[in-house]
Amino acid sequence: MFEELIKKPAAWLTGEGKNSEIVLSSRVRLARNISSIPFPSVAIPEEREKIISFVNKAVQKSSFLNGGKVHNSSEIPKLDKDFLVERHLVSPEFMRGSNNKALYIGEEEKISLMINEEDHVRIQALNSGLEIKSTFELADKVDTELSNTLEFNFDPDFGYLTSCPTNAGTGMRASVLIHLPGLVLTKEIENVISQVTKLGLTVRGFYGEGSDVLGNLFQISNQTTLGKSEEDLIESLEKVTNQIIEYENNSRKTLYSEAKEQIEDKIWRAFGILRSARVITSTEVTNLLSALRLGLGMGTIKEIPLGLINQILLISFPAHLQKYLNKEMEPNERDILRAELIREKLKSSI
Amino acid sequence: MLCDDCKNNNATIQVTQIINNDKMTLNLCQKCAEKRGFRSPFEGVPFPLAEFLSSMITASAKTGDKPHTKTVIETRCPGCGMSFTEFAQKGRLGCGGCYKAFRPQLKDLLRKIHGSDSHRGKIPNLPGKEMTHLREERKLQEELKKAIEEENFEMAARIRDKIKGLQTEK
Ligand SMILES: [Zn+2]
Ligand SMILES: [Zn+2]
Repeated sequence: MFEELIKKPAAWLTGEGKNSEIVLSSRVRLARNISSIPFPSVAIPEEREKIISFVNKAVQKSSFLNGGKVHNSSEIPKLDKDFLVERHLVSPEFMRGSNNKALYIGEEEKISLMINEEDHVRIQALNSGLEIKSTFELADKVDTELSNTLEFNFDPDFGYLTSCPTNAGTGMRASVLIHLPGLVLTKEIENVISQVTKLGLTVRGFYGEGSDVLGNLFQISNQTTLGKSEEDLIESLEKVTNQIIEYENNSRKTLYSEAKEQIEDKIWRAFGILRSARVITSTEVTNLLSALRLGLGMGTIKEIPLGLINQILLISFPAHLQKYLNKEMEPNERDILRAELIREKLKSSI
Repeated sequence: MLCDDCKNNNATIQVTQIINNDKMTLNLCQKCAEKRGFRSPFEGVPFPLAEFLSSMITASAKTGDKPHTKTVIETRCPGCGMSFTEFAQKGRLGCGGCYKAFRPQLKDLLRKIHGSDSHRGKIPNLPGKEMTHLREERKLQEELKKAIEEENFEMAARIRDKIKGLQTEK
């Protein structure tokens, strides 16, 4: 499945958009529930199927959405599920336990809908780069389109009603995925995180479920969803993100003036490993590519374009690698073929 | 589920009594529960979730002569049957109706989570008098904000009156 997607870069990794050498992607999710039907965790299978068919109908009726397709998650094989998670089209939770759930993917993967995750519908808009506002506008448009056909659960005091009260109100979670190697290396990151947290935003490591931060990537999102308008929430996320970009650039300058050789050594060694390794894990690739991304940003390595860094990152993820090579593999074999593929990709540069 | 007593109204309160080792469960409507003297323990209880829960679980029966008697009274959502204890255990509500059934508790909870209990964001284009009101009020609030920014206080006062008028109409 999804063979047409593997040939293209994922929407969050196209390298387009503002500040895309630091901000990888912007994402907005809206949680919505349809009136008079219990939330997915309580609904019986018949009710969950009803939700899927309602949403499907709403998609067909919307000229804006009907270019995409609704897939029942029971039809999606395990490998393809992992593939969709790696493409940031669905949450890992969505793919756990596949009963009566469905997924809509719009053209160019900028819009997706998770049906019967924690809420009846989770609308997602996704863009590369620092594009919070336009990403919100896209999600908002999808919401308005759907609400022409669907009656969403809404309370005048509490706003959009969601399964978890932490999402009630706007039902909106806006986030950016941001690359902060400078702040990590200068050890200023803790300080920045604690400042950002005080401003009502949440910072998490990439793929972070409390685990180690991968590739110096962080996700920043609004913490609260009730009591402020979508526009205000978006604006404060954008403002804080711009501030963090400035901090990151300053710390890169500091690094360059105080430890130029050490930083350049780190960057070139990362390149050396990627170009020569015979066995390599996806985690290691993500971390090494962080150094290359930094090198590109600081002008140390000009030979590897952002597009190539993003492509290597994407096809190194386990499910992407298997889809790309069209072969299901055990981790050991994957690590060998991944190293081979990366050597091949980097051969033409330098 | 219908009320065990009147067999007419929807049961929204579940009373569980444990006397020694015998458990007895009654599902009652608000009226019949009050007739029997059971009151929902939620009324007027301030936030902390833990406090809610312990207040619910502590016996409202008198201790002393019957040390093994325990009575638990719970409000249940008429829409999905979920009780507040079940919500507190799962962290997820069962349906939109839960927000009505547990309104006072959720108001406190939302304030704790978001620092607010009132929505300021998008309003869907739903029919109904209440929704029309809401949209009007929102529009006026925006006008009020603008008037204040422009220091047009006469206009602001007029808009404020209109908003008050809307609110009393409710
Ligand atoms: Zn009754
Ligand atoms: Zn309910």
